[in-house]
Amino acid sequence: MRITMAHGSGGESTSKLISEVFAKHFNNEYLSKLEDSAVVPGAGKLAVTTDSFVVTPLEFPGGDIGRLCVCGTVNDLLMSGAVPKYITCGCILEEGLDIDLLDRVIASMAETAKEAGVVVVTGDTKVIENRGGEGGLIINTSGVGFIPDDLDVPGPFKLMDGDKIIISGNLGDHHAAILGKRMGIESNILSDNAPLSEMVKKLMDGGVRVHAMRDVTRGGLGTVLNEFSEASKCSIELVETELPVSAAVKDFCGILGLDPMYMGNEGKMVLSVHKDDAEKALLLIKQSRYGENAKVIGSVSKADIDGGDRGVFVRTKIGGKRVVGPMYGEGLPRIC
Amino acid sequence: MCVALPGKVIGLEGTKATVDFSGNIVTAEAGLVKVNIGDRVLVHAGCIIQTMDDSMADELEEMFREIEDISVGG
Amino acid sequence: MAADNFLQTVIEELKNYDGDEVRIMEVCGTHTAAISENGIPAMLSPKIRLISGPGCPVCVTVTAVIDKLVELSLTENTCVLTFGDLIRVKGSKMSLADAKAEGANVRMLYSPMESIALAKENPAINYVFAAIGFETTTPVYAMVIEKAIEENINNLKLLTSLKTMPEVIRWVVNNAGGIDGFIAPGHVAAVTGEGVFKDLAKELGIPFVVSGFEGEQLLLTIYALVKMKGKGGFKNLYKKAVTPNGNETAQKCVDKYFECSDSSWRGMGKISGSGMILRQEYKQYDAGSAGLDEDHMPPGCSCEKVLVGKISPNQCPLFGKSCTPDNAHGACMVSTEGSCYNYYISGRH
Repeated sequence: MRITMAHGSGGESTSKLISEVFAKHFNNEYLSKLEDSAVVPGAGKLAVTTDSFVVTPLEFPGGDIGRLCVCGTVNDLLMSGAVPKYITCGCILEEGLDIDLLDRVIASMAETAKEAGVVVVTGDTKVIENRGGEGGLIINTSGVGFIPDDLDVPGPFKLMDGDKIIISGNLGDHHAAILGKRMGIESNILSDNAPLSEMVKKLMDGGVRVHAMRDVTRGGLGTVLNEFSEASKCSIELVETELPVSAAVKDFCGILGLDPMYMGNEGKMVLSVHKDDAEKALLLIKQSRYGENAKVIGSVSKADIDGGDRGVFVRTKIGGKRVVGPMYGEGLPRIC
Repeated sequence: MCVALPGKVIGLEGTKATVDFSGNIVTAEAGLVKVNIGDRVLVHAGCIIQTMDDSMADELEEMFREIEDISVGG
Repeated sequence: MAADNFLQTVIEELKNYDGDEVRIMEVCGTHTAAISENGIPAMLSPKIRLISGPGCPVCVTVTAVIDKLVELSLTENTCVLTFGDLIRVKGSKMSLADAKAEGANVRMLYSPMESIALAKENPAINYVFAAIGFETTTPVYAMVIEKAIEENINNLKLLTSLKTMPEVIRWVVNNAGGIDGFIAPGHVAAVTGEGVFKDLAKELGIPFVVSGFEGEQLLLTIYALVKMKGKGGFKNLYKKAVTPNGNETAQKCVDKYFECSDSSWRGMGKISGSGMILRQEYKQYDAGSAGLDEDHMPPGCSCEKVLVGKISPNQCPLFGKSCTPDNAHGACMVSTEGSCYNYYISGRH
């Protein structure tokens, strides 16, 4: 069965779709009431975020748009120091979308929400006319998290001299998985889309002095660290040989002339932590799900900034030094 | 100008070769070079442009020998 | 001497070199990118200068070619196929990316070979491949034509802007001068064979070293060229892929479908015998490549001087000011192989 315009009419077909797909998978005390708004318990300080997902293909190696949207939203909340609580699900369905596919995606979304410890409390569906093709799906998710009262919220402007930079795992997996599918390059590379709830909780509970943290998504590590360096007026030096990139992703980048430094991920974060806490932080991340390949990849310096050394640098394998700028353009495959 | 990466031929059907780059599998045109399964090849823009002669290793040792010449003899 | 020790010696000597200034040109965009990625400029004495020559096909493509591609992409039932980084290069008015935003049919491919399957699947669409490149890529286009003929495909054409290396290297030496050594393009040489560059070294009296693309290989190549300054000579340090005669099957295939022609280079004008065009008997596969010579340089843009090494990218009045990777005027800033882009990204000042 495929989505038709009738599924967006607000009538019987709409109700049926909602109960048979969305309410079935998201079954919880707030959403199942199917009211105009979800009424949920609150807290003092809230973190609120929203994100839209337009990825194609809808199912890709290692994940799908449903898992992706939960991870993206939850990780955004986590990076602000919040404990994610509620998310919403706004779906724009294109006429022609296979309902079995929709069902798989929504089931995956529900499962990921469970893993991440959030509840999908409200949702909406609209149907748009087919624009040529199989029938697509766009999801918008908003998320709400509670910020602990006593938390010193990390921020990109809080990097300190001597901080260590830690990445929670291999670079570029999500980008390579999606682009490989589009460019017809077969591989076993799986998207890394994952909620980072467990590792962030461990770091917070463990009292690690995290000065800044950010999930490494579009624009890649290079872009995030440039934001850190700019906001904190410091230099960040990375050690090339410590950057975790799988052999498959490395060669994937080689084929298309891409740089893992600018490849997007959906389940990785980069942190700047107090130098004395780096070892502990690394251990805690490595003990968490999705953190087994974490590495300390560099350090922060606030010395000699007047000398013009602000920015992000890489000490290369052969002993050279290069500047890593933010990403420009779309990061298009290079061929000639 | 020309991004090309060495990979290994793991399949061959007519002039279509399957080339493996650390687990990334690409179908490459093999009409320009005679290749066999197991060959290491350079692929540029989806086309095999040359086989890599691994016996003719320009590993660093070999390169040093070449260069030491210049330093001494000019 | 053990390899590691020798490499250490090379690194020390390159850092501390205090002889006459040595100006070394790489004429391959992938070398340019590899030099930046490896952070090599920071390892060299200020007396060793690396200059990026005209070796990035995207950067040397004149605006008339982009304009023609834009025009084709906006034509009904026509789809322009291209490599990734050509999409952002501006013509006299717009880039293919701009045209796409206006509804043009533009598609990015990994390989020109994929256009065969596309043309077969969609017989009602006329496909045009933006065929840019040097000696390495021309054989791929020759294969495309061969397959198109074999499979009787009539809805696929090439818009060619194909260049060859030796003529432009001569042009640089004669018009810009001051180059003490060339890093010869490894993948061009894989196709043409080392002979082409050996002959050039002899003819011009300037040393050429064919190099691979690893950081260590490039360091050794630079070291060799410093030692060879003023003496001429030729070395092949990429024997794994570069043989004396290169890929003769590829050369024959190119010769079957293409012939030598004059060609216009961005900022450099027309260089006699520096291009390849489809032979007369295969003109039905040409999408109108003849006469695309106009080269509309934005005011102040110094691509022409950068491309031949007359000035460093940061000496261009627009560099880093109105011309950045986000808003590139000249092609050298657009391509990730462009010398301005690489200077900008890697702080190679």
